Amino acid sequence: MPLAGLILLTSCAYLGILFAIAYWGDKRADAGRSIIANPYIYALSMAVYATSWTFYGSVGRAAVSGVGFLPIYLGPTLMAALFWLVLRKMIRISKANRITSIADFIAARYGKSALLGGLVTLIAVVGVIPYIALQLKAVSSSFLILWQYPTIQMPNSGQALGPLQDTALYVALLLATFTILFGTRHLDATERHEGMVAAIAFESLVKLLAFLAVGLYVTFGLYHGFADVFEQAARLPDVDQLLTLGGPAGTYGSWVSLIFLSMLSILFLPRQFQISVVENVNENHVAKAIWLFPLYLLAINIFVLPITFAGLMHFPAGTVDADTFVLTLPMALRQESLALLVFVGGLSAATGMVIVETIALSTMICNDLAMPLLLRWKALGLAQRADLSGLLLGIRRGAILLLMLLGYVYYRAAGEAYALVSIGLVSFAAVAQFAPAMLGGMYWKQGTRAGALSGLSLGFLLWLYTLLLPAFAKSGWLPLSFIEQGPLAIAWLKPLALFGLAGLDEIGHSLFWSLLANLGAYVGVSLFGRQSSREHAQALLFVDAFKVAGRGSSLWRGSASVTEVIALVGRFLGPARAREAFAGYAAQRGLASAAELVPDADLVHFAEQQLAGAIGAASARVMLASVVQEEPLGMDEVLGILDEASQVLAYSRRLEQQSHELEVATGELRAANARLQELDRLKDDFISTVTHELRTPLTSIRAFSEILNDNPELDPAQRARFVGIIVKESERLTRMINQVLDLAKLESGRAEWHTSALDLKEVIEDAQATTSQLLQEQGVALCLELPAQIPPVLADRDRLLQVLLNLIANAVKFCDREAGRIGIAVQVLPEALQVDVRDNGCGIDPADQQTIFEKFRQAGDNLTEKPQGTGLGLPISRQIIEHFGGRLWVNSARGQGATFSFTLPLGQANAAASDAGRETEYGV
Amino acid sequence: MANRTLRAQRLVALFMLGCLLFSYPLLALFDSGGEVFGIPLLFAYLFVAWALLIVAMILVVECSSR
Repeated sequence: MPLAGLILLTSCAYLGILFAIAYWGDKRADAGRSIIANPYIYALSMAVYATSWTFYGSVGRAAVSGVGFLPIYLGPTLMAALFWLVLRKMIRISKANRITSIADFIAARYGKSALLGGLVTLIAVVGVIPYIALQLKAVSSSFLILWQYPTIQMPNSGQALGPLQDTALYVALLLATFTILFGTRHLDATERHEGMVAAIAFESLVKLLAFLAVGLYVTFGLYHGFADVFEQAARLPDVDQLLTLGGPAGTYGSWVSLIFLSMLSILFLPRQFQISVVENVNENHVAKAIWLFPLYLLAINIFVLPITFAGLMHFPAGTVDADTFVLTLPMALRQESLALLVFVGGLSAATGMVIVETIALSTMICNDLAMPLLLRWKALGLAQRADLSGLLLGIRRGAILLLMLLGYVYYRAAGEAYALVSIGLVSFAAVAQFAPAMLGGMYWKQGTRAGALSGLSLGFLLWLYTLLLPAFAKSGWLPLSFIEQGPLAIAWLKPLALFGLAGLDEIGHSLFWSLLANLGAYVGVSLFGRQSSREHAQALLFVDAFKVAGRGSSLWRGSASVTEVIALVGRFLGPARAREAFAGYAAQRGLASAAELVPDADLVHFAEQQLAGAIGAASARVMLASVVQEEPLGMDEVLGILDEASQVLAYSRRLEQQSHELEVATGELRAANARLQELDRLKDDFISTVTHELRTPLTSIRAFSEILNDNPELDPAQRARFVGIIVKESERLTRMINQVLDLAKLESGRAEWHTSALDLKEVIEDAQATTSQLLQEQGVALCLELPAQIPPVLADRDRLLQVLLNLIANAVKFCDREAGRIGIAVQVLPEALQVDVRDNGCGIDPADQQTIFEKFRQAGDNLTEKPQGTGLGLPISRQIIEHFGGRLWVNSARGQGATFSFTLPLGQANAAASDAGRETEYGV
Repeated sequence: MANRTLRAQRLVALFMLGCLLFSYPLLALFDSGGEVFGIPLLFAYLFVAWALLIVAMILVVECSSR
């Protein structure tokens, strides 16, 4: 039949073009000039979301529920706005950990758990097989419809024919071959298929163009634009219900639940994960996809309602299945080439989905189901085999074929029970079960393996019970009473109204129960369980993906040999590829060859990443463990790490303390230095003052000596006076020098002290005797006011006498010239003796009362009045009194005389005096 | 980097706006079965809101990348 030949030829030509594109893409990738490394190809390839379910099924769904087909595309549009946050993080995590499938992602997040990976794979396979069946059905029935051109008649369902006459079988086999050819040409650690992506992007373009062509033809060729279509459609029965919500289009509740469901599936469908995460070349491409992908969805949906109404108006009700309107309308209107284009468009939508989905699922089956089982199966001795790369490819190819055949079997068995669109939604609900474990894993560090396991299993079981089993029942595999009365006629177990929850549509009902149980178990078990250290390390890597700079877990201790590790990786990737990879790694580290590598944690991590690309994270861990003597991180090591940390802390604290001490010492040194400088200055001052004071008597001695020398004929009386002056000045000089020496001794503390208990009365009387000559000469009267009993004081007799003489001499010097009178009084205070030396002279200005105790300072004007003393008497006296623990001060007012007073403490002197008394008693 | 966080926040805001536009209270306003220029009101509203959302995404993504 020439028509069938033409259709077949077109199909084969189309597949040929696809293959050519894929081949070219791979070649370009090998040459390093990737054609898919641009955001437009990335966004287009994402449109693999639109399958034949969109291409044919949207119109079918619109015919039943009007605008109700839209939420499935609005959800992804909304999620696209979050791509920048969520999808980019998924890409970042997957790149850093060499994750190649959604099962790998979840397994790796929860401590590289093989069990979890297997469960996810199982859910994905069970959930997605009906979806693959749907594509086969779409291709085969569109082929059968087109074949009958120009007659338009719903084909007998394929099931009526024998399996060998069924086109769907050939479609399945053809697609399997095709997928195997460019999905598993070689093993790659990154698991990327550039050629395949290029082909998928091309397919997205073809299906969009085909759909737009029909839409434009119908809307603007057949009718005069949108308004015309809707106006004419208004005559259809029940059309109002299709254009409002609340009717068959669904309640707001189901509308929202569909949006939510499709939001999750755009992220978690295995094929979407494959295309948007694994095949992503550059995470910045996500930005463009944020608006380009929703735009694509908008474009492919804008003509759905016009085509639906045109179909409803054109075909008598019930003669043509609304699912086929897209194809049958051009056929009915005798647009052969348009019909052929639509067929190719539908073919591209179906093949695109099937290829990506089976590649993604085969990776999961191989890495997370087959390999962990085979590797654990000791009898096979697989762990010892030299080159496993062939086996890996074999498993994947087998998995692809198996999936395709499973899809075919499902299609044969399920038959026409369900409209296309419902099957798609059942799949969506299955993959939505990944949401808690995936999103929780990316944003919540506390999520545990046990939580993910229990959440996924519960969610999956409820999905099975509330969606898949009812679907089986409707297909006749289970008695219908299962749905209507519930199992064993238990009403509250009715799968479509679990626990009596009615009023939701099937999908919403299933989604509510399964996600409730899933999320509840995940959060609950996580919160009440504990994470292992490996889980915790992985959780940090995932949640902090944007902060971690790509380094893997450093919590690794163990030993390995480089050759063993390379050999192991070689067994899965092929020896040549493995050598290449490790040579590259060595070069990166600045080493000449792989032989120089050190088997450290980094190397093992690198090897694990390479292996993870080929066989999945969980299996990679198992395999590496076979050559790496890995010591699990025990409590001791953890304590050790903590200990190290606390030691570091202690060191830094000590350092801080030392630096503080250093600062204090520096401060002290600085103060000492300042004090030294001050002392130095004082010394300079002192020396210049001393020399100045010494020069005064010296000058007068020299002047008078010169006079005597130059005038030998000077009269004797004059001569005697001059010599007298010279003698007096010399004495003053001597006295001054003695006093300077004395003061220096006192100040440096080198003076000798002969301390003993003294009777102050005796000392005062001695002083009076010593100065009696002077007093007589000056005509000054001295009167003593001494109490009868004076307790003894502890002091050096000579020094105390020196002080008294000094004060008396001062008093004599300054007391009244005509009627000089000096009084010395002693008072006994509770703790001290106070001695007052009073004169009746001119007194001392309050301003001078402090300065007279400084060295070389005397009351009165030094320049006009002739100095009366050395200026050292009072400073020396004060030093002495202070040495005894007393105080020396002056009370005076101008013109009323002055009273110099000093105290001597009594305390110790009493004890010392009683000692001294005993000594005298014993006559020592 | 500040530019990037700002972009992310704008996109989240758009996500929320979208959620609002396509769910119950607002949707009900346009669910009355009227027409604009011969096109059913709900259909027109959904596609116009969708298109505007995409335009806003284009503005956010393309403007902040410059």
